[in-house]
Amino acid sequence: MRTLEQTTQEVLDLAAKHFQLPAGTLAPGDDFFKKLGIDSLQTLEMLSRLENHFGIELPDYEVQGVSDFKTLAERIQSRL
Amino acid sequence: MLDLSRYQSIGEALRDALDKFSGEVCLIEADREREKERLTYRDFKERAHALSKALQDGGFSAGDRASIIMTNQSKWLISAYAIFFAGGVLVPLDYKLTPDEQWQLLKHSGASVLVTEYPIWRQLGGSPGRLAVGNAQTVLVTEAPANCDLAGAQRWEEFRGASEPVFVAHKRTDTACIVYSSGTGGRPKGCMMTHENYLEQCVALTSIYPFWPGVRYLSILPTNHAIDFMVGFFGPFTCGATVVHLRTLRPEYVREAFPKYRITYVSLVPLVLKNLQKGLQARLDALPLGKRKVFNVLVGINKTLTKSQPRLGISRRLLKQVHEAFGGELRAIIVGGAFSEPQTLQFFYDLGIPVANGYGLTEAGTAITVNDLKPFRADTVGKPLPGMEVRIVNPSADGVGEVSVRSKTVMAGYLNEPELTAETIVDGWLLTGDLGRFDEAGHLQLTGRKKNMIVTEEGKNIYPEDIETVFESLPVKEFCVFAANYIWPKRSMVGEKLVLVLHLEPGQPYGEELHREINARNNRLLNYKRIHGVVRLDEDFPRTASLKIKRNVLAERLAKLDSAAAILPL
Repeated sequence: MRTLEQTTQEVLDLAAKHFQLPAGTLAPGDDFFKKLGIDSLQTLEMLSRLENHFGIELPDYEVQGVSDFKTLAERIQSRL
Repeated sequence: MLDLSRYQSIGEALRDALDKFSGEVCLIEADREREKERLTYRDFKERAHALSKALQDGGFSAGDRASIIMTNQSKWLISAYAIFFAGGVLVPLDYKLTPDEQWQLLKHSGASVLVTEYPIWRQLGGSPGRLAVGNAQTVLVTEAPANCDLAGAQRWEEFRGASEPVFVAHKRTDTACIVYSSGTGGRPKGCMMTHENYLEQCVALTSIYPFWPGVRYLSILPTNHAIDFMVGFFGPFTCGATVVHLRTLRPEYVREAFPKYRITYVSLVPLVLKNLQKGLQARLDALPLGKRKVFNVLVGINKTLTKSQPRLGISRRLLKQVHEAFGGELRAIIVGGAFSEPQTLQFFYDLGIPVANGYGLTEAGTAITVNDLKPFRADTVGKPLPGMEVRIVNPSADGVGEVSVRSKTVMAGYLNEPELTAETIVDGWLLTGDLGRFDEAGHLQLTGRKKNMIVTEEGKNIYPEDIETVFESLPVKEFCVFAANYIWPKRSMVGEKLVLVLHLEPGQPYGEELHREINARNNRLLNYKRIHGVVRLDEDFPRTASLKIKRNVLAERLAKLDSAAAILPL
């Protein structure tokens, strides 16, 4: 079982990879809309990638209003 | 299609539609690759009547208000019809608002019943905003897990009456829905839409984009939005068509839905349309050079053959692979909610996929103009729909002025706001606050806004006054939020931004600490509501005797600044 810290790190690494950024660019508290300059649809695309990686389904309502990696990792952790 | 001129109310028309098309499929609900539900009009009627009866048994009666806060799904439409059947007024609210915003609008609407989904209720029930709301005593929650804490709500699935409900009739001029066009942070604007508004709009829209049994409409825009309520519920239901709901809006599942359900129509906001374009373009760019050349030749032939009007049969044969990716039966993509970039519209039309670009606002009952595709024009929002009188108020030398509308689809007024209603509807003409002109062909071209607001690519109307609360008690002398396009009109309605105007205390620097504070507060707003930059003004804001900021006068002063230099990005 992953710890929340591990999950958070994997989320950051995958997000960086998804948006072709160097590893270590993103931090848990980063607002991904602002940091990555992405829109809500690009966020959904990133979520699909995270779902595949963690082998979970994250309903849209679970990520409604979430805009930072830390909270996102918490939502993922609760479904692992 | 039903002859809607015979009907007095939405409920009455839907009641006949459910009987007339009883054996047809009205709803398909899918969750990712799984189909969850498929209902005929007969099934729909049985479920709705049981709910309507239970509402009536609980004392719900003519004119009572009931709110729905749900994602797009079958129970949204079933609940809406049950409310209409029982004579109620529907208050559809945006499920993407924050819980406090939802409670604020629930309170303003006076709704006695709330229908919502368990995940939404979990957030609503625990929100402090609930404490201030005395109405909404009956809460019905769908899909609640077994043994969960319902926090005073009842299960929607178990809220069923045993016998037939009594149909409650209405006059055409009675209010059918209260639809909020804005006002979550300030003055709520609850548009009182009459039954006539919807009946007339439905006739106008379906005269250009018809539905019939077998047509499948993919419902993606939120159903509380005027467009989806009309073309994703009332329109298709009065014609015996099928509505397809998706429980997730992940782009890959949306793309899969087109071929899987052989979609006929879909409505999209510009953001989603651009995402589809991006996906298609990437696939086209990946074609080997030879195939790419052949494809471009075929696109060229299609453009020539569809110059005067769409020819779906020809386009589907010429560009078979593109059309098959959309299911092969797509007749049009309806795009609305915000302004679309002409090149995106042209991209789809060149591939033989008509894009029905239009213009409207909730106050006018969904759509005012729509592109009739005869011929397709990407540079305009089309011609007025049948029954719409549109005129330009006080036009300048080049014909640009405020767009105003008179029609049977214009709302009765704003709930509890007679003064605001009188300012907005003058001598029967709705003043839209949008600027535009008509060209020689009678097409409307929008050029900017007279009102201080923006519309995002996701179709969200954002009024600066509504987000100012988040900056309250900011350590500055005074501040005000503006739409940049309102201060510095740029004759475009794409990429609109909000700016925070600051007047600092004497000698106060615009330092790192203040910058951080503004950023922190800005981040509390939902991403699409955030301000884009800061503008400094070293003079007192003009104010009324009651100390309200004279926004129009302030905007005139700000307009003298060079926008490029004045806006400090956040």
